[in-house]
Amino acid sequence: MLRWLARRFAQIIPTLIVLSVLIFGLQQLMPGDPALILAGEERGDPMVLAQIRAELRLDRPLPEQYLNWIGNVLVGDFGFSWRIREPVAKLILQKLPVTFQLASMAFIIAVLIGVPAGILSATRRDTPTDWIANGIALFGISMPNFWLGIMMILLFSVELGWLPPSGYVSLTEDFWESIATTIMPAFVLGTGVAGVLMRHTRAAMLGALAQDYVRTARAKGVAERVVVWKHALRNALIPVVTLGTIEFGRLLAGAVLTEQIFTIPGFGKLIVDAVFNRDYPVVQGVVLATALIFVALSLVADLLYMAVNPRMRQA
Amino acid sequence: MNALPPERIAAPAARQSPARLALRRFLRHRLAVAGLIVVVLFVLGAALAPLIATADPNATSWSAIRRAPSATYFFGTDENGRDVFSRVIWGARASLAAGFLSVAVALFIGVPIGLLAGLAGGWVDALISRIADAMLSVPFLILAIALAAFLGPALENAMIAIAISASPVFVRLARGMALEAKATDWVEAARALGNPPWRLGLVHVLPNIIPPLLVQATLSIAEAIIAEASLSFLGLGQQPPAPSWGSMLNSAQRFLTQAPWLAIFPGLAIFLVVLAFNLVGDGLRDALDPRSEKR
Repeated sequence: MLRWLARRFAQIIPTLIVLSVLIFGLQQLMPGDPALILAGEERGDPMVLAQIRAELRLDRPLPEQYLNWIGNVLVGDFGFSWRIREPVAKLILQKLPVTFQLASMAFIIAVLIGVPAGILSATRRDTPTDWIANGIALFGISMPNFWLGIMMILLFSVELGWLPPSGYVSLTEDFWESIATTIMPAFVLGTGVAGVLMRHTRAAMLGALAQDYVRTARAKGVAERVVVWKHALRNALIPVVTLGTIEFGRLLAGAVLTEQIFTIPGFGKLIVDAVFNRDYPVVQGVVLATALIFVALSLVADLLYMAVNPRMRQA
Repeated sequence: MNALPPERIAAPAARQSPARLALRRFLRHRLAVAGLIVVVLFVLGAALAPLIATADPNATSWSAIRRAPSATYFFGTDENGRDVFSRVIWGARASLAAGFLSVAVALFIGVPIGLLAGLAGGWVDALISRIADAMLSVPFLILAIALAAFLGPALENAMIAIAISASPVFVRLARGMALEAKATDWVEAARALGNPPWRLGLVHVLPNIIPPLLVQATLSIAEAIIAEASLSFLGLGQQPPAPSWGSMLNSAQRFLTQAPWLAIFPGLAIFLVVLAFNLVGDGLRDALDPRSEKR
């Protein structure tokens, strides 16, 4: 177990180093001089330009800029927003809980739809139930979530007037109001993941149901319900748990557009606003933070896999 | 024991090439064929846009602002009096170009690098794999948004951003397949005959990994089309007034109460074309890899 962890970290650390170089390198893609962009109307004034360059250390050689940047990142300093004039780390920490609430609700919805649908379609393979479940999964995977969001606003907010079309109320402010403002975006965000989970659950269940121990259990006269729910499902869920954890990371990316449509002030809105304001340190910070969350989640996925699969513990 | 009649000894399946068999399996897959037909219709629509469109997609009209769908304006008109049907047809060009071109570029970047990693091994493999891991640890859309943001808003830049973001998947796939192929007898034999590594990769490994690449490429096109629409929706792709489904949806949001048709048709187009590519991809997977056929 410890050896495994050590090996895993030996893989993660170089990945993180490469990642930091790539994210730092994003700046170099920028056409033109950042100092000119920042100076705005004062771009003709060489004094202002020199001051900006010195302040942002743009006048230093690239390797030095990188080492300086990564040194700050390691102590939790993700830089300073050019426009909002606040530390990037603070902005991210402010917005993260909002997106986390949205992603968690989306994830719960995805699990509640995807896993039972997968089980049902595996146990009733090649019946209309199976076809309908597969159809819904394909629908969820192919639906661009920003369009689904707009269509749902059209139906539930404009036509029926049941739910607010946009805005956000935090959980601590008013619990039910908060749920009302996030339920529609969470559903929109969750549909794609529901489809993916359904397909994986179905495949894993079909695999488990074809195993010898299932045949043995059936031959012993164990009730079909027990065979499905106790024997097959417990084994089938092992890969689904791992995959689900990683899919949670994808929800963060999906949140970018969903938050934009429902004007929810989260992580995704932060990066989009930063893109429009050319607030590059914020863009870099958000990319870095998502990547870190993603790497952490895949580590959690591996640990969970070991926890639910006793055979892995000896490895 | 009776001898088998001659026609049963010569197995009829042996006379058909694997490609033919795969084609036959694909054609049996009704949904996949339906998907393919939809894809072909969209490609024709994009190619023949000047002939099919009933109006100039960028021609504004004061007298026809926000008209509901009718016999004259199939999909209605937008806030500037432009014909939505013609804009959807022309918009197919941006979406399909982004889908096909960015995935083609991703293949051209990803496959050779992946083959190199798999065949070379050692530190080359370690370095390439870490770069691919690093890129895959940033969710696809966020990476594309960040790249497009730094490159600047334009359809070409969006396509470059999507291509780069999509390439690590192909690196990983090609690497894995190269490793698998390297262990086979035929590659071992080719190596023993003194073939240089590039020849091994090109002649002996590549043809064998085309089926999984084809499946992944089809599914990646679906993802790339959604990504282009997303970037254009955010204003990072196709720039106005040129028509694109994503940017049409963005402006439609402001007129949701007055003109819902503005939001319905471009979105429906994205959904249909993505669904079609996903159906084709699933069908190809079942057809090309008999092992993965539904158990």
